[in-house]
Amino acid sequence: MTHEMFLGLYVFVLAAFVGYGTIRGVPPLLHTPLMAFTNAISGISLVGSIVAAGAEKSTFSTTLGFIAVLCASINVVGGFLITDRMLKMFRKRGPSKSEAKK
Amino acid sequence: MNIYAEILYFVASVLFILGIRGLTSAETARRGVIYAEIGMAAAVAGTFLHTDITTYRWILISAGIGSAIGIAMSALIPMTKMPERIALSHAFGGLAAALVGVSEYSLYMAGLNHHELSRGTMGALGFEVLFGGLTFTGSLMAFGKLQGFIPSRNITYPYQNQSNIAMFGAAVLILVALTIWPAAQPLFYLMFFVAMALGVLMVIPIGGADMPVVISLLNSYAGLAASATGFALENNVLIIAGALDGASGFILSVVMSRAMNRSFANVLFGAFGQGDGTGAAQIGASGAEVREASVGDAAMLLSSGTKVIVCPGYGMAVAQAQHAVQKMAELLEKEGVEVKYAIHPVAGRMPGHMNVLLAEANVPYDALKELEEINDEFAQADVALIVGANDVVNPAAKTNPNSPIYGMPVLNADLAKTCIVLKRSMNPGFAGIENELFTMPNTVLVFGDAKDTIEKINEALG
Repeated sequence: MTHEMFLGLYVFVLAAFVGYGTIRGVPPLLHTPLMAFTNAISGISLVGSIVAAGAEKSTFSTTLGFIAVLCASINVVGGFLITDRMLKMFRKRGPSKSEAKK
Repeated sequence: MNIYAEILYFVASVLFILGIRGLTSAETARRGVIYAEIGMAAAVAGTFLHTDITTYRWILISAGIGSAIGIAMSALIPMTKMPERIALSHAFGGLAAALVGVSEYSLYMAGLNHHELSRGTMGALGFEVLFGGLTFTGSLMAFGKLQGFIPSRNITYPYQNQSNIAMFGAAVLILVALTIWPAAQPLFYLMFFVAMALGVLMVIPIGGADMPVVISLLNSYAGLAASATGFALENNVLIIAGALDGASGFILSVVMSRAMNRSFANVLFGAFGQGDGTGAAQIGASGAEVREASVGDAAMLLSSGTKVIVCPGYGMAVAQAQHAVQKMAELLEKEGVEVKYAIHPVAGRMPGHMNVLLAEANVPYDALKELEEINDEFAQADVALIVGANDVVNPAAKTNPNSPIYGMPVLNADLAKTCIVLKRSMNPGFAGIENELFTMPNTVLVFGDAKDTIEKINEALG
């Protein structure tokens, strides 16, 4: 294992603990948006797929990269939009009751 | 690596964490999404600086198509289909990670990467492809089950668990072998294949009611696959984002399993309700009488008290009854009846499913109560209205040690003065377990489509 990989392990473990500690505080009310949201974030594999699609090292890798960028960008764009669409619906009991009706 | 790219990746990592922190309350959640969006833009911008990229053509075409699909999907999908949407996006996430892994590996094998394939990198690539492949097919299966392409009951065959465990063991052994002989290409592709087959076989035996756990677990796997990509590419923002996703899926799986009083292992290998043939018996078989009520009776019961607690379940999603329920609550509140909602963590097909549906119908979120929060209030409630829920209100979980769901935390709907159950038919729930609540002396049933029934109740109330 290289030095970089060990550093990666440190990063992974620390991030997992930060994630665990933070996400435990997310109320069940928001569990579905949380899922859509983390899904959008995990679309970060876009970073890897962009390089694969743009490096043009071989037709095979470019093709796979192309498909991967497609999948990842669906998740990133769609994931953020749908999270926001859901969050917009959550409202407190308040005066906006009548205007909330369509 | 380019110093600007490094800075952008660092900023992205911090923004992702801040974004998730925003989701810890409904007030700050939307701001959190904006943080994460900026973070993602920064990460993509950083990637565009990568020196390996020779052309942006394919990237832009593909990202353009992907974004268009993403926009269309998120705008058009109804809230009731959210579990399907999430399952599908896990499949995309898994596939993207797996394909990046395969692509990297092929470049190493063709000698087109800058350096030799080290054992550590091989391990990361293998892990990425293993979890990516498994997540891809597993999520497609979950999607198929939710959508009804594949029967959502648990499909079992002899030695199912044993063969699945053996396959998983085989995949791990191949991974270990690959770290010793990284150049053994057939092994690599064999592992990819085994992982994809395993995804299918692992989800096949899992029934519809267990979907919340499965979806959460697949969420976690998708995150781990993304993290592994980060190890393979030595990119920290991937590691961090993947770890956050993995942690989130893990927490949700734990919450969901706990809400069913079962372990991960039991959900994955337990094929609910098996070996309990008698449990699937019709309610009439136990000899207890069911009391049926008319819509008018139900409306009277609801409006004559002072406190109603609504217990929604998957049936509400199927019937799309959430808007009718909200309308009913409004009418009742006009008559001075307090209406609250009791949300069981596993009601529906994914974590938080009921909350999203009711929020869509404009129910204020402070009326949505979690199980622990509301369970003591049922005793003071005049009516518990069960809308398409079954196992989550089954008192057998509290009283009958022989019941397969014994020990599972349930809503105390049985303690309300009267229980009104809206039910399509007399069939037992997904778990195939008899529900004693339906035959209790203070329970009445109203048969029919939940949306239809509630709309009729609303007419009677209005």
